[in-house]
Amino acid sequence: MHEPLLSIEGLSASYGDFQALFGIDLTVNEGEVIAIIGANGAGKTTLMRAICGLVKRQATRAEFGGMPIIGLRPDMIAKSGIAMVPEGRQLFRSLSVEENLVIGAQASRKGPWTLEKIYTMFPVLKERRLTPATALSGGQQQMVAIGRALMSNPELLLFDEISLGLAPIIINAIYEQLPALVGGEMSAIIVEQDVARAVSVSDRVYCLQEGRVSLEGASGDVSRDAISKAYFGV
Amino acid sequence: MEWVNAVIQGILLGGLYALFAAGLSLIFGVMRLVNIAHGDLIVLAAYIALTIATTLGLNPFLALLIVIPVMAGLGYGLQRMVLNQTLGDDILPPLLVTFGLSIIIQNGLLVLYTADPQKLSAGPIEVASLTIAPNLTLGVLPILMFAVAVAVIAGLQWVFYRSALGRAFRAVSDNQDVAQLMGLNKAHIFGLAMALSLAVVGIAGVFLGIRTSFDPTIGSGRLIFGFEAVIIGGLGNLWGTLAGGVILGVAQAIGAQINPGWQVLAGHIVFLVVLAIRPRGLFPRIEQ
Repeated sequence: MHEPLLSIEGLSASYGDFQALFGIDLTVNEGEVIAIIGANGAGKTTLMRAICGLVKRQATRAEFGGMPIIGLRPDMIAKSGIAMVPEGRQLFRSLSVEENLVIGAQASRKGPWTLEKIYTMFPVLKERRLTPATALSGGQQQMVAIGRALMSNPELLLFDEISLGLAPIIINAIYEQLPALVGGEMSAIIVEQDVARAVSVSDRVYCLQEGRVSLEGASGDVSRDAISKAYFGV
Repeated sequence: MEWVNAVIQGILLGGLYALFAAGLSLIFGVMRLVNIAHGDLIVLAAYIALTIATTLGLNPFLALLIVIPVMAGLGYGLQRMVLNQTLGDDILPPLLVTFGLSIIIQNGLLVLYTADPQKLSAGPIEVASLTIAPNLTLGVLPILMFAVAVAVIAGLQWVFYRSALGRAFRAVSDNQDVAQLMGLNKAHIFGLAMALSLAVVGIAGVFLGIRTSFDPTIGSGRLIFGFEAVIIGGLGNLWGTLAGGVILGVAQAIGAQINPGWQVLAGHIVFLVVLAIRPRGLFPRIEQ
């Protein structure tokens, strides 16, 4: 069998004295889309930040593309091919739309994504490329955040709650673009509050509850019952 | 004519204050670090220029070719080895550490160079002057100083808003976590910002040393002028910093014209008035 792209065993993370993750096991295979669901405070965002190296973490094993990633700085992890669309978009407010996209290519990885490609996918960004990024509407800002992450040509793209605070019609439009982005060469982990959507766009799903994996399975196989049990822990 | 003369001298002096302030403004903008040792680093740069000028027999302006890279290297090392360790959510550690650094530099200079006032000698340019109008004569040195200040501010402005390095500076300043996700090494970017800041300090130190005599203790006074220029102009606005320096210089010149004892006081009063009326400075950066 092929080595998984990302394989994590026994991952724990904490903010100061507060431990948020307890012994998480997670694998992502090449080209796979993983959904992570769970209630607020279950540790979904912390898991994303732990993979990127933004929180203090330990693991018995954590390898990305065969290379250990525990102990690497976030910028080194980014250069190794993991990009994130962070929760709440978090665009650079003193950078223009175009500068936000260009800085995404800072990791200087080769690949199919270029500024032109992003503009072809989101033409509205080209029209507004000189505007300060935070002057755009929420949906357009999300396009910038996604484009910025793509510009690094990642092998693994993490989407942290991309539908948060957006109108349903915009969320639909963004999810319609998703198959064009991931699959094939790029794998993805999607953190999503909307369980039905998370299950429908992913190959496998993990449910977190209070910092532990309470359910893991192929998205087609997990029943609604099993999910709600894992979600609420009842 | 005396008053016109005073105002023009004040404007030109403002260039020097802008040079004191630019580096301070830059690192505050990038990493929210208030460098209490900034003034002492200016004095240190003047002493380094003095040592180079006397041992190699160079004109202080030529000594800049050595002083600038030395100061920039010192800034990078200082940031990577010491100051990066102090940065975090708490604003106090960097203040305390740079305060300590200020004392170390002052006392180190006292040991090495004694408390005797020193001066950099730039030769005939120091007394050269241009007669602009009858009764209005301007020194070549102050004009040069002002021109260099404008060039430095324009250069920093270009770096900040037009170059990849400046883009990285602004990104790290906006959001350190996400900037790292873009593959930016925060520690290195901060090191480069401090290097750039101290490169400007090198220029400021040489002009300070040519313009007036200096001794190891005058750093804190230059720090205050620098702070005042930054705050009058508005935090995070480089051209505002130049304007702040000019306003401070003019206030001091007018104060001195009224009564020589009022020079420094007049500058402080204008600063306090600006702080009272426009706490964010005259030209704050427009926030979204």
